[in-house]
Amino acid sequence: MQRIARLKESPSQTAGPYVHIGMLPNFAGIDGVFDEDLGARMIVGEAKGERITIRGRVFDGVGAALKDVLLEVWQADAQGLFPSQEGADPAFTGWGRQAADMDTGEFAFETVKPGPVPFRDGRLMAPHVSLWIVARGINLGLQTRIYFADEDEANASDPILSRIEHRDRIPTLLAEPKGDGTYRFDIRLQGENETIFFDF
Amino acid sequence: MNAFKQKQAVLQTPGGHDRPGGGLYARDRSWHPAALTPAYKTSVTRSPTRAPISFPTTLGEETGPVFTRDRLGPLDADLVHNFARSPDGAIGPRIVVQGRVLDEDGRGVPHTLVEVWQANAGGRYRHKKEGYLAPLDPDFGGCGRCLTDEAGRYEFRTIQPGPYPWPNGPNDWRPAHIHFSVFGQSWGQRLITQMYFDGDPMIWRCPIVGTIPSPEGIESLVARLDMEATIPMDARVYRFDIVLRGRRQTLFENRMEGL
Repeated sequence: MQRIARLKESPSQTAGPYVHIGMLPNFAGIDGVFDEDLGARMIVGEAKGERITIRGRVFDGVGAALKDVLLEVWQADAQGLFPSQEGADPAFTGWGRQAADMDTGEFAFETVKPGPVPFRDGRLMAPHVSLWIVARGINLGLQTRIYFADEDEANASDPILSRIEHRDRIPTLLAEPKGDGTYRFDIRLQGENETIFFDF
Repeated sequence: MNAFKQKQAVLQTPGGHDRPGGGLYARDRSWHPAALTPAYKTSVTRSPTRAPISFPTTLGEETGPVFTRDRLGPLDADLVHNFARSPDGAIGPRIVVQGRVLDEDGRGVPHTLVEVWQANAGGRYRHKKEGYLAPLDPDFGGCGRCLTDEAGRYEFRTIQPGPYPWPNGPNDWRPAHIHFSVFGQSWGQRLITQMYFDGDPMIWRCPIVGTIPSPEGIESLVARLDMEATIPMDARVYRFDIVLRGRRQTLFENRMEGL
């Protein structure tokens, strides 16, 4: 029988404990090689929309915060447009990269609240931020989404949230508003209240 | 009508945003390492126990950040010199790592960002959390980056990293390796992996390498020595191709101005 000549994706490997050397060298203390760490700023001008900060920590299966984790986010602008789309906000990059604090494990993204983006069939998805997590001990980057707990109506009709069978797990994807423009989003890799991760 | 409902009404016009057949080829999770691989001890408490929930890709997974050449410095892809105070550069076996970033259909992935990091020739990383007794090289930082060209080709100049002991088993050593981070053209293609060196006996003893289920998968991360491309009296060349997920179709051509 003939074979289909398709290549296999390169297998993933852990980012390891020293991921910052390559991806956030200035944060790692390697000065003078790159002018600025990529992804450090998502707002690069007078960005439209509501400025927010998403803060959180990533916990392992015994409840310890990861202090060597690196996170990236990708999201639409306040109008629901990605940077590759016509009319997207030029003052907003849509992409951010942050390491957890090496002492506390706390991370923070300063961004804008995203507008809703269409699902494949035209229904709107609720405002969300895509989040990718890599670290020592994580063999394949973990994909999740940050939704907003103050978007009840939009969340209730979100096509992705709607397909989650175990409804009691949905709160693990909701960032809690703190009232000062800050949202809290903690991630639990394993065990009780384990965060939902996605495969797409 | 609030903004959400207004937009929903507009988008639900017939035909407007429905894209059957689009998206990325499904990731073969039996080819990648599992999350829980106990011989690599840190994975034991950092691996989810619930299955990931799948959904068809949407705009957010089919787009991704675009980087442009104006963000890069002239020495970004030259690890021998980009941290060095001496014009002679870093100490160690001089090598060039070159290859292509391809998708599963064998197409070159152009203009995509490739980032690398590695230890120095003695296996020592320049990182505050690292305490291996092998010394730092004052002329070696260990980070580099470049964009692939039109055909998906990339190239780094560096020194061959040394093997490195780590606290996993009582006598575990990483094979010589270079970490790679690749973006591709969409968020769903994002990948981090490691490159190993042809003939290194440590490869087949390493619990991190061993997280990859098949020998074929492991071999696909082993760079080949290319003597024909090697630069005489200067640097040996290792060839390392990286394959990202294929795509059924492209919704947008990424615009060329970047972040």
